[in-house]
Parts: sequence; C-alpha cells; structure tokens
Amino acid sequence: MLIDVQNLKKIYRLGDIEVPAIRGINMSIELNEYLAIMGPSGSGKSTLMNIIGCLDVPTEGTYILDKKDVSQLNDDELAEIRNKKIGFVFQTFNLLPRADALHNVELPLIYSGATRVKRRQMAVEALEKVGLADRMDHKPSELSGGQRQRVAIARALVNDPAIILADEPTGNLDSNTGEEIMEIFQQLHNAGNTIILITHEEYIANHSQRVIRLLDGLVQSDEKKSEKN
Amino acid sequence: MKFSGFSLISEYFIMAWTALKSHKLRSVLTTLGILIGVTTIITIFTTIQGLNEYVIGQLSNIGSSTVYVEKFPWVIQGDFWKYRNRKNVTYKEYEALQKFSKQADYIAPAVMTFKTVKYKSEVYERVPIVGTSDQYKDTDNVAPAAGRFLTEMDISRNHRVCVLGDDVAKNLFKQESPIGKRIKVGPDKYRVIGVNEKQGKVFGQSMDNYVLVPYGTFRGIFSGHRGMRIAMNVTDVSKVEELKDEIRGIMRKTRKIAADDDDDFAINQQDQLTQLYQNITGTLFAIIFVIGGISLLVGGIGITNIMLVSVTERTREIGIRKAIGAKRKNILSQFVLESVAIASIGGIIGIIFGYFGGSAVLSQMELSTGVSLTSILVGFGFSSFTGVAAGFYPAWKAAKMNPIDSLHYE
Repeated sequence: MLIDVQNLKKIYRLGDIEVPAIRGINMSIELNEYLAIMGPSGSGKSTLMNIIGCLDVPTEGTYILDKKDVSQLNDDELAEIRNKKIGFVFQTFNLLPRADALHNVELPLIYSGATRVKRRQMAVEALEKVGLADRMDHKPSELSGGQRQRVAIARALVNDPAIILADEPTGNLDSNTGEEIMEIFQQLHNAGNTIILITHEEYIANHSQRVIRLLDGLVQSDEKKSEKN
Repeated sequence: MKFSGFSLISEYFIMAWTALKSHKLRSVLTTLGILIGVTTIITIFTTIQGLNEYVIGQLSNIGSSTVYVEKFPWVIQGDFWKYRNRKNVTYKEYEALQKFSKQADYIAPAVMTFKTVKYKSEVYERVPIVGTSDQYKDTDNVAPAAGRFLTEMDISRNHRVCVLGDDVAKNLFKQESPIGKRIKVGPDKYRVIGVNEKQGKVFGQSMDNYVLVPYGTFRGIFSGHRGMRIAMNVTDVSKVEELKDEIRGIMRKTRKIAADDDDDFAINQQDQLTQLYQNITGTLFAIIFVIGGISLLVGGIGITNIMLVSVTERTREIGIRKAIGAKRKNILSQFVLESVAIASIGGIIGIIFGYFGGSAVLSQMELSTGVSLTSILVGFGFSSFTGVAAGFYPAWKAAKMNPIDSLHYE
C-alpha cells in the first residue's frame, strides 16, 4: 500500500469560528494506481490534495505515505518528503519565469543535492520523456501552454517520486492540448507511475481507473472502473 | 554531501545574479547607498594609511635615541600660559649638561637665526643659520657629502667656517664646487668647508635649507640671548629613559628648582610626535567608522526595503520552490545571498572608487599610495556584513512563508 489515510480531518480556525474542511476521510491507494479525486468547490478536495501533497498537515487522523507516517512532520521534514516523494503538476504550471525549461526541471534536484552533471542528465531525460528535448533552452514565456505544462510534468517526474499529484492539469489549456497532456499521464501510468488527478471535469476523470468523489468534506463514493476503457 | 553543498551555494549565486539582472536599475539604485558608504570609508582609510606610512617614516628621521632640551614641549597639553614665562635654555646649561652627563654619548647645542646668504651675484634670503658644535652630526644624523663637517678645532677656535645644507649649496653654487669658497652670511664672510647629504622633506618642508656655523662664532656675531636647543644622544636606545632622568636632575640642579616645583624646561623626544599623531589618526579612524557606519546603515535600510518588496513580488516563486522541496534554510540562504550580492557589488565598486579617491587626495599631497589588503578587507567586510544584516529579516520572512498561500498569490 502506497498511501493509507485514516480518519483524516482538517479544521481551519477563522477567529473563534472553526471551519471543518474535511471531516474524516479514509482511503488507501496502491502503487501504480491512476486515480481521480473529484468534487464541487467547497467539498474539501483542495484541502485533501494539500495534505496528500504534504503541503499541509491534518488536524486529526493519520496519513501514511510509502510506509512513513507524515501526518505530524514539521515544515522542513515535509519539504524533504515533497522533494523526494511527490511530483506536483499545477493548473497554472507554476514554472519559474526567468529560468529556462531545463533549469526549471533541474530545480527539485538542486534541493535534493544532486551534482550539476547528474542534475543535467536527469533533467534532460525527463524532458525527453515529455517530448520537449528540443525546447530545453526556452523560457516559459517562449513556450505554448501545452509545452509549459509538459515542462511542469518533467519537473514532477525528475526526482522519480512515489506519486504524481496533478491539480486540474488541463484547466488552463484548450481541449486538444488537454488531451495531449492526458496522453502523457496515461504513458506515465503505463510506465509504472502512481498518478492522482484532482479535477471537477468528468471527461478528465474518465481517463483514470478509479474515481473518489468528495462532498462536504467526506468521501461520497469510491468506484473502480471496469477495464472497458 | 560536501560537493553537493558547494553546488548548492554556487546555485544560490546564480539565482542571486539572475534576480539582480532582471531588475538592473533597481539593483544599481539599491547598491548606491553601500557604494557611497564604502567609497567614503575606503577614501579616508587609504588617505590615512598613506599618511601614516609617510608620517611614521618622517618621524623616524628624528632619531628615537636623541632627546632635545628646549624651552617648550613639542606637544603642549593643557594650559599654554604656564609655559609662557619660561626662561630660555642657555649656554651655561649646555656646559653643565656636557660636564655632568654620563649617559649622553653626544651633545650639541643649537641656536638659530635667519640671514641672507650671498655668493658672488647669487643671493638667497631668509636662510636658517644654526650655531652648533661638531657633535651635531651625531645628534642630528647628518653627514658631509662633500668636504668635511665642523671639527672640535673649528668650535674651540671659533673659526669662520660653515657647512651648507644641500638646498643652500645648490642655490648659491650653480656649477662650481662650494668647498673652500667664501660666502657672505649677513655682513660677514665664511669659508665653506662642507656640504651635507640631502635629507629631503619632512611634512613638505625642506630639511636641507640651513647653514651650520660653530657655536662660538655664531654667539660672537649674532649675540643676544637666543633660545637654545640642546640635542643629546645615546647610542643604546634602551638608555633613553635614563638619559632623560639624568638631564632632569642636572637641569633642575643648575636652575635651582625647589623639590616641589615643576620643571620649567622641556625634554622632547620623537615619540611625543608619534603619540600625538597616533592620537589624531585614532580619532579620525573612530570618526570614519561612525560616518561609514551611518552611511552603511542607511544603505542597509535601502537594501532591506528593496528585499522586502522583492520577497513580496516573488511570493509565488517562493511557493513553487517550497512545493518542490526547498527547506527554510534554502529560501533563507537564497535571499540573504541575494542581499549580500547587492551589498558586495556596491562594496567592490566602492573599494575601487575609494582607492582612486584616496590616491587622488594623496597625490595632491605629493604622497604615494599602495593598495592595502586591509582596506580591501575592511570594505568587503563592511559591505557583506551590511548585506547579511539587511537581508536577514526579508529572507526570514520569505523562509517561513506558507507554501499553499504563496502558490496561490497573484
């Protein structure tokens, strides 16, 4: 089991008022699953993503990632987990505007302490996987939306993470380009990666093998699809 | 691990450089405060160092093992009026010191007046005429470059002979050799027996503008109760204090000073000037550090301000870096280093400007400058310290940003 979440709760405090964002979620994810988490806004899916992505810690409950309890780690310990185990793909790409594609992909390796030569080699490999070997020295502003998202995927891949966490990865792209990106995720899945999509679009969720729907901070349904797709 | 640490640091430098390059005008304006501060410090520092080398060199020309018995101390501290009614040092006292001093190896009196000196059609005005003895060459460290110096016989027989300083010799004798020629000092004729070696300038004043004549000859012609300066020298520098004690004893006895009265004469020595000079430059250094400190404080506040703006502008970048694994210390180092880079660039340019500034000041005084490692270290140290201090708070603010909020910052 790659991810094991038990009775996960997150409560935000706004002054004296307590706002529960998620209210007790249980779920487990196996290695090489391709999963979509869906839900309307306010359902708690962003909060759940932040916790699964180790950007935040739960108020209550446990989260075991790759056999390690990460639910009570401090900032720096979380940063290290994010660096080694999680690859993020964001809706708005979140590339560094002044750095070229290669440098953007190298970034996680800088913080994990890889040497310059190793970094370069790994970053080039990751860019090749997403089909951008010929755009390595382009800055984000010189790339199309789809190309930027591919750079972001390469960055997510480069440290060989346990999970790739994609938050509305096609939200800022037209549907054709979106399809191309979804194809890349499919390839990554086929190559053995574990992928978690956060989305509110049914057609995006349809690419996955399993859909977890959230509502009001709880799991509403968790269905595995048959192999008909 | 060591290797990757180094690679991380070089990465911070690249990040800092990229960030500074993307806001060129802003970076230049921000570093201006530090630049001006460091320029000021290094200018003054270079100037003082040049002066120091020169002054200490000059002061060492006055031998440290020679003391001068005079009416007034060289450095007057406190009330001038209590020195005002002092008696001149007299020939009688010279004789007493000569007779009773066991410590002194050499002793020479010196009395002085200004006279016009002539040779044929050459006229040289207001030349210091010094009446002294043969031992003057040992107490005041001069040596004849041509001819000979005064001898005991010149002194005891009050010969009308003179020894010229280099300036006087050159002014009066354009081509011919001065030795054996007769020159007019005031109304009287003297035979030139020697020309001393050139001594150069001390504090811009020539040390070669004088005519030395035997003391007795001087007294006979110019008479008057002129103030005398008695120079006494011990070959062994460690005996200087003993010599001074002895002189005090002899002088007090000769002048019949009561046991509880103060000395009414001064025993002067080179180290008084050295000390005075060091006190002055010490104060100057303190002033530079205050002025420099203030300008760097102002420059530093400018950097802090810009770094705060920069951190806010780059909130999203910080969020991205944190999301993909940057720890607090990574973000902290990145921004501190950026601030240090701004300050150091100002510092380095300031060192260069300051060096040229200092050299310009020194060349106005006709002094030479050298590049001093100390001033480079001072400039660099000051500016990088300011960089760290100015950048720390903004960097800390960046380091403890929440990655979720900063990722969604617009």
